[in-house]
Amino acid sequence: MSANLDGYEAVIGLEIHVQLRTRTKMFCGCELSFGDDPNVHTCPVCLAHPGSLPTLNEQAVRYGIQIGLALGCEIAPRSIFHRKNYFYPDNPKAYQISQYDIPLARNGRLGDVRIHRVHLEEDAAKLIHVGESGRIHGSDASLVDFNRGGTPLVEIVTEPDLRDAASAREWLQLLRSTIKAIGASDVNMEEGSLRCDANVSIRPAGSQELGTKTELKNMNSFRFLERGIEAELERQVALARAGEPIEQETLHFDPRTGTLTPLRSKEYAHDYRYFPEPDLVPLAPSKELLDEARASLPELPAQRLERYQSELGIPEAQAKLLAYDGELGDYFEAAVGAGTEASAKGLANWITGDLTARLREAAGEEGEVHAADSRVTPQAIAELVAMVEAKQVTAQAGREVLAKLVAEGGSPAEIVEREGLASISDSGELEGIVAAAIEADPDAAAKVREGNMKAIGPLVGYVMRETKGRADGGEVTRLIRKQLGLG
Amino acid sequence: MSIRELIELSAAEALRRITAGEISAAELFDAYAAVPDELNAYLWRAEPGAADGNGAGAGAEGPLAGLPLAVKDIFCTEGIATTAGSRILEGYVPPYTATSVQRVTDAGARILGKTNMDEFAMGSSNENSAFGPVLNPWDTSRVPGGSSGGSAAAVAAGLAPWALGTDTGGSIRQPAALCGIVGLKPTYGAISRYGMIAFASSLDQCGPLTRTVTDAALLLRELQGRDERDSTSVGIEGGVELPSREDLRGLRFGVPRELGPDAEGIEAGVREVFERTLRRIEELGGEVDECELPHSRHGISAYYVIAPAEASANLARYDGVRYGMRDPDARDLTGMYERTRGRGFGAEVKRRIMLGTYALSSGYYDAYYGQAQRVRTKIAEDFRAAFESFDFLVTPTAPTVAFELGSKTDDPLAMYMNDYCTVPVSLAGVPAISLPGGLAQPDGGGPELPVGVQVIAPAFTESKLLDAAYALEQAIGFDARPPGFGGGEA
Repeated sequence: MSANLDGYEAVIGLEIHVQLRTRTKMFCGCELSFGDDPNVHTCPVCLAHPGSLPTLNEQAVRYGIQIGLALGCEIAPRSIFHRKNYFYPDNPKAYQISQYDIPLARNGRLGDVRIHRVHLEEDAAKLIHVGESGRIHGSDASLVDFNRGGTPLVEIVTEPDLRDAASAREWLQLLRSTIKAIGASDVNMEEGSLRCDANVSIRPAGSQELGTKTELKNMNSFRFLERGIEAELERQVALARAGEPIEQETLHFDPRTGTLTPLRSKEYAHDYRYFPEPDLVPLAPSKELLDEARASLPELPAQRLERYQSELGIPEAQAKLLAYDGELGDYFEAAVGAGTEASAKGLANWITGDLTARLREAAGEEGEVHAADSRVTPQAIAELVAMVEAKQVTAQAGREVLAKLVAEGGSPAEIVEREGLASISDSGELEGIVAAAIEADPDAAAKVREGNMKAIGPLVGYVMRETKGRADGGEVTRLIRKQLGLG
Repeated sequence: MSIRELIELSAAEALRRITAGEISAAELFDAYAAVPDELNAYLWRAEPGAADGNGAGAGAEGPLAGLPLAVKDIFCTEGIATTAGSRILEGYVPPYTATSVQRVTDAGARILGKTNMDEFAMGSSNENSAFGPVLNPWDTSRVPGGSSGGSAAAVAAGLAPWALGTDTGGSIRQPAALCGIVGLKPTYGAISRYGMIAFASSLDQCGPLTRTVTDAALLLRELQGRDERDSTSVGIEGGVELPSREDLRGLRFGVPRELGPDAEGIEAGVREVFERTLRRIEELGGEVDECELPHSRHGISAYYVIAPAEASANLARYDGVRYGMRDPDARDLTGMYERTRGRGFGAEVKRRIMLGTYALSSGYYDAYYGQAQRVRTKIAEDFRAAFESFDFLVTPTAPTVAFELGSKTDDPLAMYMNDYCTVPVSLAGVPAISLPGGLAQPDGGGPELPVGVQVIAPAFTESKLLDAAYALEQAIGFDARPPGFGGGEA
């Protein structure tokens, strides 16, 4: 839900950093790691010893190109690395090797959002501030872990095409699943392999001009991204209503309080003195590399979405859920291909609806269990949906079977058999129960007979109770009407 | 053989005798290690007897058969302190060895010592070393040139048969000229820069300082080659041939008007030696004609924007965080940076960091750095055009003979003009060699001092350049030794 901006329109652009899943660092042979002892993955290059020189990681280039292609960008025939100069202990050379005026890729589009540029760079080391504040100001000491320093990064910058916080979140999910499909990154926001800053401004609705923007940092989950943008839009609208100016600044999102605080201007007011990195030759990908990168791209979420809608007839909302979550999409595809009579539409409905809800319920508040990791195999969900669609079990009984599957796994047919959940197909048996219902509630029966169809509820309820939901609701209604002489 | 006889040998001659079993590599190493260093040429020296445990493998194997070698203190050497002539790296012991040093020690060379230099290779007199100036063995009241002054003085004075240096704007050629030895700056990209402490990355190049042209070829042959750790290195296609040419017939030598004997600031004695050398070229059958490098007069200006700009970034890593000096009294991060760098760097280094930082600043970039790069392109085009009509270009290496200590330290611009003839070559990236052309008195009188002649060639034609330089060297027949040779005990 986006903030109430009456009279104003939000203009949002994102800047995303993705840590690539290469074996080694961007400019040296040290292995990437997560969670090892500090400073074990270091060498003269990533510690910036005197005389050391960078060499470019070819796999990082390949991933960068694949991301560029997946985002529909033009790949530069010759891109240039630059030095971005600033002093900080997490930046051992005192310059970051990045790309500046000629990035690896530009002018793309993903979904409704245009991509401004995609470029390669290296990650900083990790600073640990010892002391109560956990930040550099007021800390007793600062320690540097260079294991992360030099990890390959791809930076993606969008055009300011997003108009509300929820769309920003949804779009970032699309981007995440796109990169995940390529296999270029773990794209985990909590672990920092996917980081997203947002540039946020407002303008009077209908205006084409851009307002003063603020830059939001440190929103390390999808939920925080949405909350951070919402909070900032509310703040900007309040300022604008009060006739106060919006200042260009960088704001730090605090996930504990959900609030934004400005970073001290000294910390970001830099003249980076960019100039071309003389230690690296221009990056000119060969035709073979480009062809190979293009050929090895898997089906991407945007393409899946299109296929699910047009070929399988799945409604947009469900198709998005499946296409933007690669693992859920793969699960869905496995279920579709399981060799049952279940329809793709039915499977999409059950997987994005009941199954997802049950799994979330079972995992509790903060936990998350993916369908693929659950006890419910794609085969089992397909068999279950096929039974429901063939009216061998009712939808309600199907939900009970699903609950059993989530809890203990197994085969739906066996659960139906064991629990006696099969639909009552013997109409003689059902006729008897309907007759008993009419006898048990003559008032309701009289009202129905008089034409008050709302009164049929208690009668149907009686039958459902008696049959433990194994009766088809439509059939029950038909039999009641018939026995009351309304058929 | 006596120490004096041993250290008189050229590297090639010593190699021949070691291979023939006439002398041993250890004997030669110890002879050099025993010569007293009265010139402050070394910052660190191996002890006599240390040859065996020195370098990649023990013994005297490989094409360089255990020959001793002096190494400029700008090359990282694992386990041996490396300072680049700076306080800020005092006590720094690199955890790795530069590719160039590794290649020659793998080929059998043994490190005699690390030579003094201008701090971070910034200087033309060696007076910018944090560890005191090197003295010129021809006259100890004079400078040896710089920045590879320690290497040049050591080779000239019999403290080493040969040495590694680096050249960014003339730092091999100018000290070679002022000390009366041979100095070769190879084509940019011929030798790996990995492990060579960076001053200006797009200009820095490793090269040999030797007593003969043949020795230069011998060392270059082992140094050159592509290194996967330096993506700007390509090596010299076809390798390096040892020179053998006896004449210069059919070769055309251009004398650039802008950098020739009539250029501003060229001393009379330098001009005389240079013109005598041109006559030698003609006697050997070479053609000599005037040519033009119209943009080269802007070389110094462009160089003093590009080199400091790159240096301002290259030297930013000396921040006191990971190695080298850290001011112990700093109270916070900014204080640590300021105090460490304020105390660790010398005046010339600070001057160039300031210049470079300014040249790259927002709003000034295009007027300074951008413009300097455009000039650099023009200069490179001038050289390409000249090489369409000429096989080689010849200039004096330096405008003057060795000057007196302290005479230019207060005038940076006068100091920078030392490199007037060498800087355009560096900007163009092409190879050049400085040969001793003879002796001459400085303007205003004084002792006879060496004069260098610079021969410049197209990119990656080092073998041809060395061949022509060899023929010229034989014809010149320079065999003078400085009075300080071998510690002065002649």
